[in-house]
Amino acid sequence: MLEAILAGAIRSGTSVLFACLGETVSERAGIVNLGTEGSMLGGALAAFAATAYTGNPYAGVLAGAAAGAIFALLHAWLVVTRNANQLVSGLVVMILAQGVTAFFGRTFVDKQIVGLNTQPIPFLSDIPFVGPILFQHDILTYLAVPLAIALWYGFYRTKWGLVLRAVGERDDVAYASGYNPDRVRYAAVTLGGALAGIGGAQLSVAYTLNWVEEMTQGRGLVAVALVIFAAWSPLRAILGCYLFGGATALQLALQAQGIPISPFFLSMVPYLLTLFVLLLVAQKQRYAMPEGLRAVFEGKGNYSTQNR
Amino acid sequence: MKTRKKLLPFLSLVLIFAFVISACAAPAAAPAPGAEAPAAAEPTEAPAAEASVTEAEMAPGMGGSAIGFLYVGPCDDYGYNQAACAGADAVGTAFPDMEILEAENVPENQEAERVMETMIRQGAKIIFPTSYGHLDPALEVAKRHPDVVFLHQGGQKTAENLGTYFGTIWETVYLSGVAAGHMSETGKLGYIVAFPIPQVLLNINAFTLGARSVNPDATTTVVFTASWCDPGQQAEAVNSLVAQDVDVITQHQDCTKTIIETAERAGVMSVGYHADASTLAPEGWITGSMWDWSELYAKIVASVEDGTWAGGPYSGNYRTGVSEGSVKLAPFGKNVPQAVQDEIAALQAQLLSGEFFPFEGPIVDQNGVEQIAAGVRLSVGELESTNYLIEGVVGTIPQ
Repeated sequence: MLEAILAGAIRSGTSVLFACLGETVSERAGIVNLGTEGSMLGGALAAFAATAYTGNPYAGVLAGAAAGAIFALLHAWLVVTRNANQLVSGLVVMILAQGVTAFFGRTFVDKQIVGLNTQPIPFLSDIPFVGPILFQHDILTYLAVPLAIALWYGFYRTKWGLVLRAVGERDDVAYASGYNPDRVRYAAVTLGGALAGIGGAQLSVAYTLNWVEEMTQGRGLVAVALVIFAAWSPLRAILGCYLFGGATALQLALQAQGIPISPFFLSMVPYLLTLFVLLLVAQKQRYAMPEGLRAVFEGKGNYSTQNR
Repeated sequence: MKTRKKLLPFLSLVLIFAFVISACAAPAAAPAPGAEAPAAAEPTEAPAAEASVTEAEMAPGMGGSAIGFLYVGPCDDYGYNQAACAGADAVGTAFPDMEILEAENVPENQEAERVMETMIRQGAKIIFPTSYGHLDPALEVAKRHPDVVFLHQGGQKTAENLGTYFGTIWETVYLSGVAAGHMSETGKLGYIVAFPIPQVLLNINAFTLGARSVNPDATTTVVFTASWCDPGQQAEAVNSLVAQDVDVITQHQDCTKTIIETAERAGVMSVGYHADASTLAPEGWITGSMWDWSELYAKIVASVEDGTWAGGPYSGNYRTGVSEGSVKLAPFGKNVPQAVQDEIAALQAQLLSGEFFPFEGPIVDQNGVEQIAAGVRLSVGELESTNYLIEGVVGTIPQ
């Protein structure tokens, strides 16, 4: 039972984790991207479509990343170049993506693809309990946690990470050091979108092997909330996203056990849990919030440019 | 530095381009149904020609040049909508002079009214709103257009010019339950559903009754996903049922492809719903229940066209089933033994003759309360208001 729930947590949480890591990169540069949901959707469709055309799921994942990046670029253009309200722009990108993917996705609903199959890791997958939980997944799932660690390393141990964080905290410092904050923002938001696109791809070509209109069902928005829970740390994002995945798996597992709790209450659990931990940690988390985000969350809606 | 400087204007250009494209695509995407209808509309025969025929004495619905169909989802969903689309094709074949207007992905709100109005302007006098939630919009449009006949799929409200029809699909769900009871080795069956509406509860009960008729110890575990189509939840629901030793999985969802494919990959058997999806699970497919609307749609249209619709059976809440072929058992999978197939064929014959009725009492619910007294056969209307799960179902109805 526990083994099944934990394995389910990893299966359900991975797509959210990719999106969450992408949004962490973006928010580290001071840009909130609610369009993450749209990037995921775009990624899911593009990955499915490319896999259906080429028969190669890896090409699909690349296409998914590209589609996610394109929707994020649009957001970046609106908020960086046009200085639009970030929350509004993000929502617009999300709704745009819902429409665009519904339109272009029509013909892919009945397609069957060979996706990224489960690849048990030799020996490791035979370990009792741990093996089925950790080592019987698809390649993208194996990559998710190393990616989070790589991002952590990138943020705190490399020059580019320093520049990225500087842009998110005090962009005038970055500017004075000879970096163009806007270009860093473009790069961060685009990379974030690409990661969200890979998250969408995981959902469509690795997990469900299907494309369905609006198949992300709010997972991208949950990812944005989990970034705050994780206090903008890629490592804590792992915990947050698999906690969300665990809640999803738990509610289905409880139902499959026949435990008499309202399934509708249970299906609220992942979201309630996310809200609840947000509530608990949000106050403490303020110190960790990149300076640049303050303006977004505290009324102005776009980052400050008065220093330039 | 030079190349860097050039990058931004270039990016902006690409973006502007992308934006223009998506801006153009977006409005097209939203009213896709509306956009598709005219696309499907080949040369619109001049309605004037039809109008010149004496229309003073015509009954509602007569004399149109087109027939409209609204679907809530896409036509190739291996599900509910695919079945309705196939019915529309059959009407097109049966009435070659009629133009068939189809609109997919029509939401269950005022957008549906707009789509229906467009169809009426294109000459439709008969409209099939096929989704449960299209009923209220259809009633609104029906008030405004007394000369148009509306035929709603699955509803229970009617109007002067609006009738409903539906199939008693629980008959074949029962039969597929019998097959599942025979095939299951663990005696544990799984049912993935969305919401506890009566139709869903009735199907769960029918399936369980069928399975327990051949394996009295069989149980059906119900999992609610709280969504008609969320592939992520569906896949995880299959996984969590498999972890509980369930070896046959069926569903009442709008999209069924993810569940059947995931079950096949997990090495368990599946029973389909809405449409034949046997190609998705070559190994584990048992059978399934499917709609076949072709004959019924054509009969209804014929009755409207010859003026006998009003006052006829189709102007009320019309219900039909296996007897008229509107509900069918899908082909059996290759691993279902001939003996089981024969037994179910025999049962279907008894069902058709009325000799056998799955819901004949006594039927006891989960709490041991007798819901249907011994020997009683409820009417279809009474069955359609089922609000309990029978003995042998694991799971609760959310209150």
